[in-house]
Amino acid sequence: MAKIRVPAVDGMFTMDFDHPRLIGGRGVSSQSYYFPKSLSGADPRCVNDGEREEVYLSSVGKIWSYTSADYPPALPYQITEPFEPFLICAAQLQEEELVICGQMMPGIDINDLDVGMDVKIALDVLYEDDEHEYIVWKWDLV
Amino acid sequence: MTIDEIAVLGVGMHQWGKFPGKSFVDLGVDAAQKALSDSGVEWGEIEFISGANTVRNGYPGWVSASTFANALGFQGCQLASSYAACASGVTALSIARAQILSGICDVALVVGADQVDKGMFAPVPGDRPNDVDWLRFRLMGLSNPAYFGMFARRRMALYGDTQDDFAAVKVKNSNHGAQNPNARYAKAFTIDDVNASPIVADPLRLLEICSTSDGGAALVVSSLDYARKKGITDPVKISGISTVSPVYPNAIIDMPYFASDSWATAGDESHTFKNQIAQHAYKEAGITPQDLDFAEVYDLSSAYELDWYEHIGLCGPGEARNLLHNGDTTLGGRIPVNPSGGLGAFGEAIPAQAIAQVCELTWQLRGDAYGRQVENAEIGMSINYGMFGHGSSVIARK
Repeated sequence: MAKIRVPAVDGMFTMDFDHPRLIGGRGVSSQSYYFPKSLSGADPRCVNDGEREEVYLSSVGKIWSYTSADYPPALPYQITEPFEPFLICAAQLQEEELVICGQMMPGIDINDLDVGMDVKIALDVLYEDDEHEYIVWKWDLV
Repeated sequence: MTIDEIAVLGVGMHQWGKFPGKSFVDLGVDAAQKALSDSGVEWGEIEFISGANTVRNGYPGWVSASTFANALGFQGCQLASSYAACASGVTALSIARAQILSGICDVALVVGADQVDKGMFAPVPGDRPNDVDWLRFRLMGLSNPAYFGMFARRRMALYGDTQDDFAAVKVKNSNHGAQNPNARYAKAFTIDDVNASPIVADPLRLLEICSTSDGGAALVVSSLDYARKKGITDPVKISGISTVSPVYPNAIIDMPYFASDSWATAGDESHTFKNQIAQHAYKEAGITPQDLDFAEVYDLSSAYELDWYEHIGLCGPGEARNLLHNGDTTLGGRIPVNPSGGLGAFGEAIPAQAIAQVCELTWQLRGDAYGRQVENAEIGMSINYGMFGHGSSVIARK
């Protein structure tokens, strides 16, 4: 039986595998963008009006920088043995002028990446247990 | 805006390294005793202890001032314990300065020490999906070296820096540190040594990423009047301290965040925290980058040191590698950077590191940095920052 897919964290992305979106915030008075919606620092111009509306952020961006994780990260990262090195990408969303990190989708070679390349949001399994697949956003080449 | 100065009467360090038989208290007390001895001030004369906390050694680490005071022998002085991640040491120093300049006390002891497990730093245990430090590990395995790798790759793309440029920073700092008895690593590494070490966070290799260390450092600081009364006519003086927060929006993803602030409605891409830390220190001291004779910067990675050259104003964006290759930042050059050997030779002992930087400023300004002395050093800067947005910089002068 197929495992149940659940988000690895609530409220940061949609679970639409065909057209996933990151869920950000936008200051009602300042129009500033935030990601994550409620965990990123405030625009000080909004000290008396900190209300943030929920918005879907751009699903494409350009690589700001990237790196590899050749050694296993510490807990609470969930490692399925044997540890497989992975890539991390920070991508800049054009309209929001905001840089967001995520793992790169598996199977991409670091030598195929360059700063400035187009990437898009994708969903993938972060880790799993007997009944669930825990899903997270990653960056994928366009 | 210039701020009144305070005097550094004594400095002390316990060597950096791995000391499994000792506790952080042992390391801090050793450093404190050396600083007291160096200052000529008796323990019983200390009126205030400012402790830089460690969060990896249980409750005694969270109340470090009383822990150190108790180990030295409770004598009734006033205490403050503070934590600001890598900025803890300068936060503790800034509290001591405020006590001294406000006249609440005349002489204070600032102490920080750490003992940590081997390997990469991990977030505090527990299940905290509202903590970005927890989430960055959970959701994407974004450990500290990954930030260093991304910053390094960004330099390569923007400025044409190469992996050999980064390795050359490690070579320089390990050469400096090989002359420093308090450094953890006595070896002067070569480019080949660096390139033979495994990649940790592309493009950075193991020898280019600072290790987690044990260590302890301490300062005895006082009012200028107190120094004069003690017969110390020409002490090293602290003329600027920066403990500023970032100014929104921070366009660079700094630890532990996994997204930058947006600069769509305010600021721009050049709006970064590290520049702001230095600017405040310069403002307090009433000097400019051209006045510096040397600097101690937080080389969490080899490439990171090059970022600092630009952020503290030693050169313009993208010009750091020229300074490095001209020998400007090597001992004997125009503006030596990390004459102590920096984190490349020490590793990082979080609450002690910023205090250790001030120890090095002091030794250099006194002319006591044997084997690694910056010629005619009159003004020096130390700089780093603590995770979540704690600025940390000190300007000291002869």
